Amino acid sequence: MLDFLKNLDRRWIFLAMLLAVAIPVVMQKTFPEKPTKLVQDAFDAIENLPDESNVLFSFDYEPSTEGELAPMAKALIRHCCLKRHKMFFMTLWPGGLPLIEQNIEDIISKEYEEEHFARGKDYLNLGYNAGREVAIIVMGTNFKRMFPTDNDKIPLDDPTLPMAHDIDRLDDMDLIVDISAGYPGMKEWVQYAASPYGIKLVIASTAVQAPQAYPYYPNQLTGVLAAIKGAAEYEAALGEKYPKYRDPAFNDAIRRMAPQLWAHLLIIGLILLGNGIYFAERIKGTRR
Amino acid sequence: MKSNIPWLIAAVTGCTMIVAWFVPVAKDWRDEAGTWYEILAAIAFVLGGANLFTQHLQKISARRAGWGYSAVTLVAFVGTLVVGLLKVGVIPDDPNYPWSGYHQEEGSALWWLFYYVYNPLTAAMFALLAFYVASAAFRAFRVKNAEATLLLSTAFIVLLGRTYAGAWLTSPVPDEYSALTFPGLTAIILGVFNTAGQRAIMIGIALGVAATSLKVLLGVDRSYLGSD
Repeated sequence: MLDFLKNLDRRWIFLAMLLAVAIPVVMQKTFPEKPTKLVQDAFDAIENLPDESNVLFSFDYEPSTEGELAPMAKALIRHCCLKRHKMFFMTLWPGGLPLIEQNIEDIISKEYEEEHFARGKDYLNLGYNAGREVAIIVMGTNFKRMFPTDNDKIPLDDPTLPMAHDIDRLDDMDLIVDISAGYPGMKEWVQYAASPYGIKLVIASTAVQAPQAYPYYPNQLTGVLAAIKGAAEYEAALGEKYPKYRDPAFNDAIRRMAPQLWAHLLIIGLILLGNGIYFAERIKGTRR
Repeated sequence: MKSNIPWLIAAVTGCTMIVAWFVPVAKDWRDEAGTWYEILAAIAFVLGGANLFTQHLQKISARRAGWGYSAVTLVAFVGTLVVGLLKVGVIPDDPNYPWSGYHQEEGSALWWLFYYVYNPLTAAMFALLAFYVASAAFRAFRVKNAEATLLLSTAFIVLLGRTYAGAWLTSPVPDEYSALTFPGLTAIILGVFNTAGQRAIMIGIALGVAATSLKVLLGVDRSYLGSD
Protein backbone atom coordinates (compact mmCIF):
# COMPACT_ATOMS: atom_id res chain seq x y z
CA MET A 1 0.00 0.00 0.00
CA LEU A 2 2.80 2.37 0.98
CA ASP A 3 4.60 1.64 -2.28
CA PHE A 4 1.41 2.25 -4.26
CA LEU A 5 0.88 5.61 -2.57
CA LYS A 6 4.55 6.55 -2.87
CA ASN A 7 4.51 5.91 -6.60
CA LEU A 8 0.98 7.22 -7.09
CA ASP A 9 0.48 8.18 -10.71
CA ARG A 10 -0.18 11.91 -10.82
CA ARG A 11 -3.12 11.30 -13.14
CA TRP A 12 -5.06 10.03 -10.10
CA ILE A 13 -4.39 13.36 -8.43
CA PHE A 14 -5.55 15.18 -11.55
CA LEU A 15 -8.72 13.08 -11.56
CA ALA A 16 -9.35 13.83 -7.88
CA MET A 17 -8.93 17.57 -8.55
CA LEU A 18 -11.28 17.35 -11.53
CA LEU A 19 -13.96 15.69 -9.38
CA ALA A 20 -13.37 18.09 -6.46
CA VAL A 21 -14.12 21.00 -8.78
CA ALA A 22 -16.67 19.46 -11.16
CA ILE A 23 -19.07 17.90 -8.63
CA PRO A 24 -19.73 21.15 -6.69
CA VAL A 25 -20.13 22.98 -10.02
CA VAL A 26 -22.87 20.50 -11.00
CA MET A 27 -24.45 20.44 -7.52
CA GLN A 28 -24.65 24.29 -7.42
CA LYS A 29 -24.33 24.28 -3.63
CA THR A 30 -23.50 27.69 -2.14
CA PHE A 31 -22.28 28.79 1.28
CA PRO A 32 -22.95 32.02 3.19
CA GLU A 33 -20.34 34.76 2.84
CA LYS A 34 -19.65 37.59 5.27
CA PRO A 35 -17.79 40.62 3.89
CA THR A 36 -14.42 41.27 5.55
CA LYS A 37 -13.43 44.86 6.35
CA LEU A 38 -11.36 45.21 3.16
CA VAL A 39 -14.33 44.27 0.99
CA GLN A 40 -16.85 46.25 3.06
CA ASP A 41 -14.66 49.34 2.69
CA ALA A 42 -14.59 48.84 -1.08
CA PHE A 43 -18.39 48.48 -1.08
CA ASP A 44 -18.84 51.58 1.09
CA ALA A 45 -16.51 53.58 -1.17
CA ILE A 46 -18.96 53.14 -4.05
CA GLU A 47 -22.11 53.18 -1.92
CA ASN A 48 -21.27 56.39 -0.06
CA LEU A 49 -20.38 58.40 -3.16
CA PRO A 50 -23.13 60.84 -4.16
CA ASP A 51 -25.20 59.55 -7.09
CA GLU A 52 -23.76 60.27 -10.54
CA SER A 53 -20.18 60.53 -9.30
CA ASN A 54 -17.31 59.94 -11.74
CA VAL A 55 -15.84 56.45 -11.44
CA LEU A 56 -12.88 55.34 -13.57
CA PHE A 57 -12.58 51.61 -14.23
CA SER A 58 -9.23 50.27 -15.41
CA PHE A 59 -9.52 46.73 -16.76
CA ASP A 60 -5.89 45.67 -16.32
CA TYR A 61 -6.33 41.99 -17.05
CA GLU A 62 -6.80 39.55 -19.90
CA PRO A 63 -8.90 36.40 -20.43
CA SER A 64 -6.38 34.17 -18.60
CA THR A 65 -7.56 35.59 -15.27
CA GLU A 66 -11.15 36.20 -16.27
CA GLY A 67 -12.40 33.28 -14.15
CA GLU A 68 -11.19 35.10 -11.07
CA LEU A 69 -11.68 38.75 -12.00
CA ALA A 70 -14.81 38.82 -14.17
CA PRO A 71 -17.21 38.28 -11.21
CA MET A 72 -15.59 41.26 -9.46
CA ALA A 73 -15.90 43.44 -12.54
CA LYS A 74 -19.57 42.50 -12.91
CA ALA A 75 -20.44 43.13 -9.24
CA LEU A 76 -18.61 46.49 -9.21
CA ILE A 77 -20.28 47.66 -12.44
CA ARG A 78 -23.71 46.56 -11.17
CA HIS A 79 -23.15 48.56 -8.00
CA CYS A 80 -22.16 51.66 -10.02
CA CYS A 81 -25.23 51.21 -12.24
CA LEU A 82 -27.47 51.09 -9.14
CA LYS A 83 -25.96 54.36 -7.95
CA ARG A 84 -26.08 55.79 -11.49
CA HIS A 85 -22.41 56.71 -11.28
CA LYS A 86 -20.79 57.92 -14.47
CA MET A 87 -18.49 55.11 -15.54
CA PHE A 88 -15.30 55.66 -17.55
CA PHE A 89 -13.67 52.45 -18.82
CA MET A 90 -10.04 52.10 -19.90
CA THR A 91 -7.33 49.45 -20.00
CA LEU A 92 -3.54 49.36 -19.92
CA TRP A 93 -3.55 45.77 -21.21
CA PRO A 94 -4.07 45.08 -24.95
CA GLY A 95 -6.35 42.12 -24.24
CA GLY A 96 -8.49 44.11 -21.83
CA LEU A 97 -10.45 46.03 -24.46
CA PRO A 98 -12.78 43.19 -25.57
CA LEU A 99 -13.49 42.48 -21.88
CA ILE A 100 -14.64 46.08 -21.39
CA GLU A 101 -16.89 45.79 -24.43
CA GLN A 102 -18.31 42.49 -23.17
CA ASN A 103 -19.13 43.93 -19.74
CA ILE A 104 -20.73 47.04 -21.23
CA GLU A 105 -22.84 44.84 -23.50
CA ASP A 106 -23.80 42.21 -20.91
CA ILE A 107 -24.41 44.42 -17.90
CA ILE A 108 -25.01 48.04 -18.85
CA SER A 109 -26.85 47.42 -22.13
CA LYS A 110 -28.73 44.19 -21.31
CA GLU A 111 -29.20 43.90 -17.53
CA TYR A 112 -29.99 47.59 -17.11
CA GLU A 113 -31.81 47.99 -20.43
CA GLU A 114 -34.78 49.66 -18.74
CA GLU A 115 -32.55 52.26 -17.12
CA HIS A 116 -31.53 53.49 -20.59
CA PHE A 117 -27.87 54.17 -19.83
CA ALA A 118 -26.45 56.21 -22.70
CA ARG A 119 -22.91 56.09 -24.10
CA GLY A 120 -21.19 59.39 -23.50
CA LYS A 121 -23.73 60.46 -20.91
CA ASP A 122 -23.67 57.61 -18.38
CA TYR A 123 -20.72 55.50 -19.46
CA LEU A 124 -17.76 55.85 -21.78
CA ASN A 125 -15.29 53.37 -23.23
CA LEU A 126 -11.94 55.14 -23.52
CA GLY A 127 -10.21 52.03 -24.84
CA TYR A 128 -6.61 50.84 -24.61
CA ASN A 129 -3.54 52.95 -23.91
CA ALA A 130 -0.06 51.50 -24.50
CA GLY A 131 1.63 53.99 -22.16
CA ARG A 132 1.59 51.78 -19.05
CA GLU A 133 2.52 53.73 -15.87
CA VAL A 134 3.53 56.79 -17.90
CA ALA A 135 -0.06 56.98 -19.13
CA ILE A 136 -1.22 57.21 -15.49
CA ILE A 137 1.39 59.89 -14.73
CA VAL A 138 0.29 62.08 -17.67
CA MET A 139 -3.43 61.47 -16.97
CA GLY A 140 -2.75 62.88 -13.49
CA THR A 141 -2.37 66.38 -14.87
CA ASN A 142 -3.61 66.12 -18.46
CA PHE A 143 -6.23 63.42 -18.88
CA LYS A 144 -7.12 64.24 -22.47
CA ARG A 145 -3.52 64.09 -23.63
CA MET A 146 -3.56 60.33 -23.05
CA PHE A 147 -7.17 59.90 -24.12
CA PRO A 148 -8.02 62.63 -26.65
CA THR A 149 -10.85 60.44 -28.01
CA ASP A 150 -12.99 57.57 -26.82
CA ASN A 151 -12.62 54.07 -28.28
CA ASP A 152 -14.83 55.05 -31.24
CA LYS A 153 -12.39 57.88 -32.05
CA ILE A 154 -14.87 60.56 -31.03
CA PRO A 155 -13.08 63.53 -29.36
CA LEU A 156 -13.84 63.81 -25.65
CA ASP A 157 -14.94 67.42 -26.19
CA ASP A 158 -17.62 66.32 -28.66
CA PRO A 159 -21.17 67.36 -27.65
CA THR A 160 -22.25 63.69 -27.73
CA LEU A 161 -19.90 62.89 -24.80
CA PRO A 162 -21.00 65.41 -22.12
CA MET A 163 -19.74 63.29 -19.22
CA ALA A 164 -16.13 63.79 -20.40
CA HIS A 165 -16.26 67.57 -20.79
CA ASP A 166 -15.25 68.37 -17.21
CA ILE A 167 -12.56 65.70 -16.97
CA ASP A 168 -9.18 67.42 -17.22
CA ARG A 169 -7.16 65.62 -14.57
CA LEU A 170 -7.26 62.28 -12.78
CA ASP A 171 -8.51 63.90 -9.59
CA ASP A 172 -11.68 64.89 -11.43
CA MET A 173 -12.56 61.25 -10.82
CA ASP A 174 -14.27 60.59 -7.50
CA LEU A 175 -13.07 57.00 -7.41
CA ILE A 176 -10.75 54.75 -9.38
CA VAL A 177 -11.45 51.02 -9.57
CA ASP A 178 -8.54 48.96 -10.84
CA ILE A 179 -9.24 45.34 -11.76
CA SER A 180 -5.71 44.06 -11.82
CA ALA A 181 -3.86 40.87 -12.75
CA GLY A 182 -0.29 42.20 -12.69
CA TYR A 183 1.89 44.84 -14.36
CA PRO A 184 0.79 47.48 -15.21
CA GLY A 185 -1.93 47.52 -12.60
CA MET A 186 -2.46 47.85 -8.89
CA LYS A 187 1.01 49.08 -7.85
CA GLU A 188 1.20 51.66 -10.65
CA TRP A 189 -2.24 53.07 -9.81
CA VAL A 190 -1.19 53.34 -6.15
CA GLN A 191 2.14 55.00 -6.93
CA TYR A 192 1.04 57.41 -9.64
CA ALA A 193 -2.63 58.13 -8.89
CA ALA A 194 -3.70 57.35 -5.31
CA SER A 195 -0.53 58.51 -3.52
CA PRO A 196 0.25 61.81 -5.30
CA TYR A 197 -3.32 63.03 -5.77
CA GLY A 198 -5.10 61.37 -2.84
CA ILE A 199 -7.72 59.85 -5.12
CA LYS A 200 -9.76 57.02 -3.63
CA LEU A 201 -8.66 53.73 -5.15
CA VAL A 202 -10.35 50.34 -4.93
CA ILE A 203 -8.46 47.27 -6.11
CA ALA A 204 -9.88 44.00 -7.36
CA SER A 205 -6.98 41.62 -7.76
CA THR A 206 -6.01 38.02 -8.36
CA ALA A 207 -5.04 35.81 -5.40
CA VAL A 208 -1.35 35.81 -6.30
CA GLN A 209 -1.19 39.59 -6.41
CA ALA A 210 -3.39 40.28 -3.38
CA PRO A 211 -0.65 39.99 -0.71
CA GLN A 212 1.13 42.93 -2.40
CA ALA A 213 -1.97 45.08 -1.87
CA TYR A 214 -2.12 44.73 1.93
CA PRO A 215 0.76 47.17 2.70
CA TYR A 216 -1.18 49.96 0.94
CA TYR A 217 -4.42 49.46 2.87
CA PRO A 218 -6.11 51.58 4.28
CA ASN A 219 -4.12 54.71 3.40
CA GLN A 220 -3.51 54.47 -0.34
CA LEU A 221 -6.13 51.81 -0.99
CA THR A 222 -9.70 52.42 0.13
CA GLY A 223 -10.70 48.79 -0.29
CA VAL A 224 -9.43 45.49 -1.64
CA LEU A 225 -11.24 42.61 -3.31
CA ALA A 226 -8.79 39.73 -3.15
CA ALA A 227 -9.39 36.76 -5.42
CA ILE A 228 -12.68 34.95 -5.95
CA LYS A 229 -13.30 35.05 -2.17
CA GLY A 230 -13.24 38.86 -2.31
CA ALA A 231 -15.68 38.80 -5.22
CA ALA A 232 -18.02 36.47 -3.30
CA GLU A 233 -17.92 38.78 -0.29
CA TYR A 234 -18.70 41.77 -2.53
CA GLU A 235 -21.68 39.93 -4.02
CA ALA A 236 -22.84 39.15 -0.47
CA ALA A 237 -22.53 42.84 0.49
CA LEU A 238 -24.48 43.84 -2.63
CA GLY A 239 -27.20 41.27 -1.83
CA GLU A 240 -27.39 42.53 1.76
CA LYS A 241 -28.03 46.11 0.64
CA TYR A 242 -30.05 45.35 -2.50
CA PRO A 243 -32.02 42.07 -1.93
CA LYS A 244 -32.59 41.60 -5.69
CA TYR A 245 -28.92 40.66 -5.96
CA ARG A 246 -29.28 37.62 -3.71
CA ASP A 247 -30.52 35.82 -6.82
CA PRO A 248 -27.95 33.13 -7.81
CA ALA A 249 -27.96 34.55 -11.35
CA PHE A 250 -26.01 37.55 -9.97
CA ASN A 251 -23.75 35.46 -7.72
CA ASP A 252 -21.07 34.02 -10.01
CA ALA A 253 -18.37 34.26 -7.34
CA ILE A 254 -20.50 32.81 -4.52
CA ARG A 255 -21.20 29.80 -6.74
CA ARG A 256 -17.46 29.39 -7.37
CA MET A 257 -16.65 29.23 -3.64
CA ALA A 258 -17.92 25.62 -3.34
CA PRO A 259 -15.44 24.24 -5.93
CA GLN A 260 -12.75 26.33 -4.22
CA LEU A 261 -13.67 24.82 -0.83
CA TRP A 262 -13.33 21.24 -2.07
CA ALA A 263 -10.16 22.01 -4.04
CA HIS A 264 -8.57 23.51 -0.90
CA LEU A 265 -9.64 20.50 1.19
CA LEU A 266 -8.19 18.15 -1.43
CA ILE A 267 -4.87 20.01 -1.38
CA ILE A 268 -4.78 19.83 2.43
CA GLY A 269 -5.58 16.11 2.26
CA LEU A 270 -2.83 15.55 -0.32
CA ILE A 271 -0.25 17.41 1.78
CA LEU A 272 -1.21 15.32 4.82
CA LEU A 273 -1.07 12.11 2.78
CA GLY A 274 2.31 13.04 1.28
CA ASN A 275 3.72 13.75 4.74
CA GLY A 276 2.18 10.54 6.11
CA ILE A 277 4.06 8.56 3.45
CA TYR A 278 7.24 10.53 4.18
CA PHE A 279 7.11 9.77 7.93
CA ALA A 280 6.09 6.13 7.39
CA GLU A 281 9.15 5.69 5.17
CA ARG A 282 11.42 7.32 7.73
CA ILE A 283 10.09 5.03 10.48
CA LYS A 284 10.54 2.02 8.19
CA GLY A 285 14.10 3.14 7.40
CA THR A 286 14.98 3.57 11.11
CA ARG A 287 13.69 0.06 11.96
CA ARG A 288 15.92 -1.45 9.29
CA MET B 1 28.34 57.85 -30.41
CA LYS B 2 26.25 54.68 -30.64
CA SER B 3 25.81 54.53 -26.90
CA ASN B 4 26.13 58.25 -26.08
CA ILE B 5 23.06 59.44 -28.00
CA PRO B 6 20.68 56.80 -26.56
CA TRP B 7 22.09 57.48 -23.09
CA LEU B 8 21.59 61.23 -23.59
CA ILE B 9 17.95 60.66 -24.61
CA ALA B 10 17.40 58.40 -21.57
CA ALA B 11 19.12 60.85 -19.22
CA VAL B 12 17.27 63.95 -20.47
CA THR B 13 13.89 62.15 -20.40
CA GLY B 14 14.52 60.65 -16.96
CA CYS B 15 15.66 63.99 -15.52
CA THR B 16 12.61 65.70 -17.06
CA MET B 17 10.29 63.20 -15.35
CA ILE B 18 12.03 63.77 -11.99
CA VAL B 19 12.13 67.58 -12.27
CA ALA B 20 8.47 67.74 -13.35
CA TRP B 21 7.47 65.90 -10.19
CA PHE B 22 8.78 68.81 -8.07
CA VAL B 23 8.53 71.80 -10.44
CA PRO B 24 5.02 72.41 -11.80
CA VAL B 25 6.37 74.57 -14.66
CA ALA B 26 8.03 71.47 -16.16
CA LYS B 27 4.72 69.59 -16.25
CA ASP B 28 4.28 70.17 -19.99
CA TRP B 29 7.71 68.65 -20.72
CA ARG B 30 6.71 65.58 -18.73
CA ASP B 31 3.46 65.29 -20.70
CA GLU B 32 5.46 65.59 -23.92
CA ALA B 33 7.83 62.83 -22.77
CA GLY B 34 4.80 60.73 -21.83
CA THR B 35 3.35 61.09 -25.32
CA TRP B 36 6.66 59.99 -26.83
CA TYR B 37 6.76 57.03 -24.45
CA GLU B 38 3.29 55.99 -25.62
CA ILE B 39 4.43 56.16 -29.26
CA LEU B 40 7.60 54.17 -28.51
CA ALA B 41 5.62 51.56 -26.53
CA ALA B 42 3.33 51.10 -29.54
CA ILE B 43 6.35 50.75 -31.86
CA ALA B 44 7.78 48.17 -29.45
CA PHE B 45 4.78 45.97 -30.28
CA VAL B 46 5.79 46.04 -33.95
CA LEU B 47 9.42 45.24 -33.08
CA GLY B 48 8.26 42.44 -30.77
CA GLY B 49 6.11 40.98 -33.52
CA ALA B 50 8.95 41.18 -36.06
CA ASN B 51 11.34 39.55 -33.58
CA LEU B 52 8.87 36.74 -32.86
CA PHE B 53 8.41 36.18 -36.60
CA THR B 54 12.14 35.98 -37.43
CA GLN B 55 13.04 33.83 -34.41
CA HIS B 56 10.42 31.21 -35.19
CA LEU B 57 11.12 31.34 -38.93
CA GLN B 58 14.81 30.64 -38.23
CA LYS B 59 13.86 27.72 -36.00
CA ILE B 60 11.66 26.22 -38.70
CA SER B 61 14.19 26.66 -41.50
CA ALA B 62 16.96 25.10 -39.36
CA ARG B 63 14.57 22.24 -38.37
CA ARG B 64 15.61 22.69 -34.74
CA ALA B 65 13.90 20.60 -32.01
CA GLY B 66 10.28 21.68 -31.53
CA TRP B 67 10.08 23.44 -34.92
CA GLY B 68 6.51 22.16 -35.29
CA TYR B 69 5.42 24.35 -32.35
CA SER B 70 7.09 27.31 -34.02
CA ALA B 71 5.07 26.58 -37.18
CA VAL B 72 1.83 26.64 -35.13
CA THR B 73 2.94 29.91 -33.48
CA LEU B 74 3.67 31.50 -36.86
CA VAL B 75 0.40 30.37 -38.42
CA ALA B 76 -1.55 31.72 -35.43
CA PHE B 77 0.44 34.98 -35.42
CA VAL B 78 0.15 35.66 -39.14
CA GLY B 79 -3.49 34.53 -39.25
CA THR B 80 -4.51 36.86 -36.42
CA LEU B 81 -2.51 39.75 -37.87
CA VAL B 82 -4.02 39.36 -41.33
CA VAL B 83 -7.67 39.07 -40.21
CA GLY B 84 -7.15 42.05 -37.89
CA LEU B 85 -5.44 44.31 -40.43
CA LEU B 86 -7.77 43.39 -43.30
CA LYS B 87 -10.82 43.62 -40.99
CA VAL B 88 -12.13 40.29 -42.23
CA GLY B 89 -15.87 39.99 -41.54
CA VAL B 90 -16.26 43.62 -40.42
CA ILE B 91 -19.33 45.36 -41.81
CA PRO B 92 -18.25 48.87 -42.99
CA ASP B 93 -19.84 51.85 -41.22
CA ASP B 94 -19.86 53.68 -44.53
CA PRO B 95 -20.43 51.58 -47.71
CA ASN B 96 -18.15 53.96 -49.65
CA TYR B 97 -15.22 53.06 -47.39
CA PRO B 98 -14.95 49.26 -47.18
CA TRP B 99 -12.49 49.35 -44.25
CA SER B 100 -14.40 51.91 -42.19
CA GLY B 101 -15.84 49.49 -39.58
CA TYR B 102 -14.51 48.71 -36.10
CA HIS B 103 -11.77 46.05 -36.35
CA GLN B 104 -13.08 44.09 -33.35
CA GLU B 105 -16.76 44.33 -34.24
CA GLU B 106 -18.97 41.53 -32.91
CA GLY B 107 -19.10 38.71 -35.47
CA SER B 108 -15.85 39.68 -37.21
CA ALA B 109 -13.03 37.15 -37.66
CA LEU B 110 -10.82 38.89 -35.07
CA TRP B 111 -13.70 38.96 -32.56
CA TRP B 112 -14.32 35.27 -33.24
CA LEU B 113 -10.63 34.41 -32.73
CA PHE B 114 -10.55 36.33 -29.46
CA TYR B 115 -13.68 34.80 -27.95
CA TYR B 116 -13.47 31.26 -29.30
CA VAL B 117 -9.72 30.62 -29.50
CA TYR B 118 -7.64 33.03 -27.39
CA ASN B 119 -10.13 33.35 -24.53
CA PRO B 120 -10.68 29.61 -23.82
CA LEU B 121 -7.03 28.72 -24.46
CA THR B 122 -5.57 31.22 -21.99
CA ALA B 123 -8.28 30.46 -19.41
CA ALA B 124 -7.53 26.72 -19.76
CA MET B 125 -3.79 27.34 -19.30
CA PHE B 126 -4.46 29.26 -16.09
CA ALA B 127 -6.91 26.62 -14.84
CA LEU B 128 -4.27 23.89 -15.26
CA LEU B 129 -2.44 25.48 -12.34
CA ALA B 130 -4.89 23.83 -9.92
CA PHE B 131 -3.86 20.37 -11.15
CA TYR B 132 -0.14 21.06 -10.95
CA VAL B 133 -0.44 22.71 -7.53
CA ALA B 134 -2.29 19.62 -6.22
CA SER B 135 0.36 17.29 -7.64
CA ALA B 136 3.22 19.43 -6.29
CA ALA B 137 1.56 19.66 -2.85
CA PHE B 138 1.48 15.85 -2.66
CA ARG B 139 5.08 15.32 -3.80
CA ALA B 140 7.08 18.28 -2.53
CA PHE B 141 5.47 19.81 0.58
CA ARG B 142 7.32 17.93 3.38
CA VAL B 143 7.68 18.75 7.07
CA LYS B 144 11.45 18.38 7.07
CA ASN B 145 12.42 21.20 9.46
CA ALA B 146 11.04 24.04 11.59
CA GLU B 147 10.75 26.46 8.65
CA ALA B 148 8.80 23.93 6.58
CA THR B 149 6.51 23.25 9.55
CA LEU B 150 5.83 26.98 9.91
CA LEU B 151 5.13 27.28 6.19
CA LEU B 152 2.82 24.27 6.24
CA SER B 153 0.87 25.52 9.27
CA THR B 154 0.44 28.94 7.64
CA ALA B 155 -0.72 27.31 4.39
CA PHE B 156 -3.31 25.19 6.23
CA ILE B 157 -4.71 28.19 8.10
CA VAL B 158 -4.96 30.35 4.97
CA LEU B 159 -6.36 27.49 2.82
CA LEU B 160 -9.08 26.87 5.41
CA GLY B 161 -9.59 30.53 6.31
CA ARG B 162 -10.36 31.50 2.70
CA THR B 163 -13.26 29.01 2.48
CA TYR B 164 -16.47 28.30 4.36
CA ALA B 165 -14.80 25.24 5.96
CA GLY B 166 -12.66 27.51 8.13
CA ALA B 167 -15.63 29.51 9.37
CA TRP B 168 -17.64 26.34 9.99
CA LEU B 169 -14.88 24.48 11.87
CA THR B 170 -14.35 27.36 14.28
CA SER B 171 -17.99 28.47 14.50
CA PRO B 172 -18.29 27.54 18.23
CA VAL B 173 -15.61 30.16 19.09
CA PRO B 174 -17.31 33.18 20.74
CA ASP B 175 -17.29 36.50 18.88
CA GLU B 176 -14.91 38.16 21.36
CA TYR B 177 -12.29 35.54 20.40
CA SER B 178 -12.98 35.79 16.65
CA ALA B 179 -9.25 36.42 16.07
CA LEU B 180 -8.72 32.75 16.95
CA THR B 181 -11.02 31.45 14.21
CA PHE B 182 -9.54 30.35 10.87
CA PRO B 183 -10.80 33.50 9.07
CA GLY B 184 -9.50 35.62 11.98
CA LEU B 185 -6.08 33.97 11.92
CA THR B 186 -5.98 34.33 8.12
CA ALA B 187 -6.66 38.06 8.47
CA ILE B 188 -3.82 38.35 11.01
CA ILE B 189 -1.39 36.41 8.78
CA LEU B 190 -2.22 38.55 5.74
CA GLY B 191 -2.63 41.86 7.55
CA VAL B 192 0.33 41.64 9.94
CA PHE B 193 3.00 39.10 8.97
CA ASN B 194 2.47 39.38 5.22
CA THR B 195 2.27 43.18 5.35
CA ALA B 196 5.48 43.44 7.37
CA GLY B 197 7.33 41.14 4.95
CA GLN B 198 5.92 42.85 1.87
CA ARG B 199 6.85 46.31 3.17
CA ALA B 200 10.41 45.20 3.86
CA ILE B 201 10.69 43.78 0.34
CA MET B 202 9.10 46.88 -1.21
CA ILE B 203 11.42 49.29 0.61
CA GLY B 204 14.41 47.18 -0.45
CA ILE B 205 13.25 47.15 -4.07
CA ALA B 206 12.57 50.91 -4.00
CA LEU B 207 16.11 51.62 -2.79
CA GLY B 208 17.49 49.32 -5.49
CA VAL B 209 15.40 51.02 -8.18
CA ALA B 210 16.55 54.47 -7.03
CA ALA B 211 20.21 53.40 -7.13
CA THR B 212 19.87 51.70 -10.54
CA SER B 213 17.98 54.69 -11.97
CA LEU B 214 20.73 57.02 -10.84
CA LYS B 215 23.34 54.81 -12.51
CA VAL B 216 21.30 54.81 -15.75
CA LEU B 217 20.77 58.58 -15.69
CA LEU B 218 24.45 59.26 -15.05
CA GLY B 219 25.52 56.82 -17.74
CA VAL B 220 27.38 54.54 -15.31
CA ASP B 221 25.18 51.59 -16.25
CA ARG B 222 24.66 51.27 -20.01
CA SER B 223 23.98 47.55 -20.12
CA TYR B 224 20.37 48.21 -21.24
CA LEU B 225 21.76 49.58 -24.52
CA GLY B 226 23.12 46.16 -25.50
CA SER B 227 26.66 44.89 -25.91
CA ASP B 228 27.39 46.24 -29.44
